[in-house]
Amino acid sequence: MSGQTLRVDDLADVRAGDKGDTLILAVLPRDEEAFAVLDRLLTADAVRAHFGSLVTGEVRRHVLAASPAFVFRIPGVLDGGVTGSTVLDGHGKTLSYHLLTLELG
Amino acid sequence: MNDGPVRVGAGAGFAGDRIDPAVELARRGELDYLVFECLGERTVAAGQARRLADPAAGYDPLLAARLRAVLPYCVASGTTVVTNSGAANPEAAGERASRVAVDLDVASRVAVVTGDDVLDVVRGHDPEVWETGTRLSEIGDELISASAYLGAEPVAEAVSLGADVVITGRGADPALYLGPLAHELGWDLGDADLAGKGTLVGHLLECAGQLTGGYFADPVTKPVPGLARLGFPFADVSADGTAVLGKLAGTGGRLDTRTCGEQLLYEVDDPSAYVTPDVVADFSGVTFTPAGEDRVIARGATGRARPDEIKVTLGFRGGWLGEGQLTYAGPRCLDRARLAADIVRERLVAIHGLEDKAIGVEYIGAGAAFRGLYEAADPAEVRLRVSAHVPSAELATAVGWEVESLYTNGPAGGGGARADAREIVAVRSCLMPRDAVKYAVTVVS
Repeated sequence: MSGQTLRVDDLADVRAGDKGDTLILAVLPRDEEAFAVLDRLLTADAVRAHFGSLVTGEVRRHVLAASPAFVFRIPGVLDGGVTGSTVLDGHGKTLSYHLLTLELG
Repeated sequence: MNDGPVRVGAGAGFAGDRIDPAVELARRGELDYLVFECLGERTVAAGQARRLADPAAGYDPLLAARLRAVLPYCVASGTTVVTNSGAANPEAAGERASRVAVDLDVASRVAVVTGDDVLDVVRGHDPEVWETGTRLSEIGDELISASAYLGAEPVAEAVSLGADVVITGRGADPALYLGPLAHELGWDLGDADLAGKGTLVGHLLECAGQLTGGYFADPVTKPVPGLARLGFPFADVSADGTAVLGKLAGTGGRLDTRTCGEQLLYEVDDPSAYVTPDVVADFSGVTFTPAGEDRVIARGATGRARPDEIKVTLGFRGGWLGEGQLTYAGPRCLDRARLAADIVRERLVAIHGLEDKAIGVEYIGAGAAFRGLYEAADPAEVRLRVSAHVPSAELATAVGWEVESLYTNGPAGGGGARADAREIVAVRSCLMPRDAVKYAVTVVS
């Protein structure tokens, strides 16, 4: 990875789920070192910034040491969700791969 | 009561799921229970819309096909089928299931769970609706369904009556698993710790192929073999709640700590408080231990006392969705698609009277899925999609029509027009007191 920017995609897998208007992203680091890096850099603020103007409220991060994993709750992104929005992917299932593009600096 | 582990298998993870993986499990899975989870949040409301048009409809259209495919094997192996395919009409689904059994000439006792339909009761309670923050009576849209999330009790009761096929409408998905587990293993459903452990099993299995590599696979970072023949998972659950997850040898997919870790957190807002009608389950201490090829031990779930209120999904007639799509390719394709979108928008507003804000435009192939967060500057091709939320079928049809008419009236090189118009059922949620929701279990003769 020398010379290249580190992205979430290099360290973790992400699964997207939806609850109404709220996007839920589970981030699963591939090893303990990855967990430590993400614990430090993949903050709720960083995720909020990455989803920009789509976010309507507080982004919440849960840390699960046992897994280990992180769960992010991102309100508003789905703009009404599967019944409220006319966009093609109303569930936001594709958005897991948007988080994978987040650059960790 | 059963001393040894009980084997529960996942036959479907959504209404449109594949049938052959369930047949494989029924045929050689040595299952005690085969569970078909076929209800999304909107499915019951959509079923209710069908039932209003045809009183005999409203249940999962694939119910008969699924039962025909698995029942002969289930009868032979003593496997009980449990499904929420009853959707908006469990009684009619029960009758249909009985007819399938008669047609197949197999002896199957069908039990039906009702009581999730609380349309009349909810109006009297007039609860606050989560999404709008207002009372139900203050919402102008026509309410067509109200479905309470039933728990594991009615499922356990149906099983205890000796049912070979249990059909429910709306319930908590994990309850389809927890009910049979509680019955077989002698669990008291009031034991929150065991209810939490059984709910974990249900949560992991309810999306079927999502535990064995579906919705997980990535050819570079997460390769999964044999997705075309993906095997669905099962669990051997012991009386202490420990579950050994597995899939059949010779089927596609993979089941390991990574696939389990992802599914554990799927659609889980707060892993320490996963709320169902049966328990507030705590998954925060769950661990997965490898136990051989495609075998993983899951343990560590627990729970707190069930909530006093029951979640209810409200279905409203929500107008119509119209859409049209057209592809542009090569030099300046995004510019031409933008021009096309402007033309359609202008005509939908000026000629058909649509509100401008009701119209959505996406450039598929140029970052549409990421909703404006990313844009491909110079894509090889782009597919224009115009969609609109409108009050009538006629206006919905106009959207696709205006896109199609770009063929001869719009930018150069537009091809592959497609149009669609469909009625929308809008779904919202509220809570009702537990004692306002009464279930019943009926054996179909």
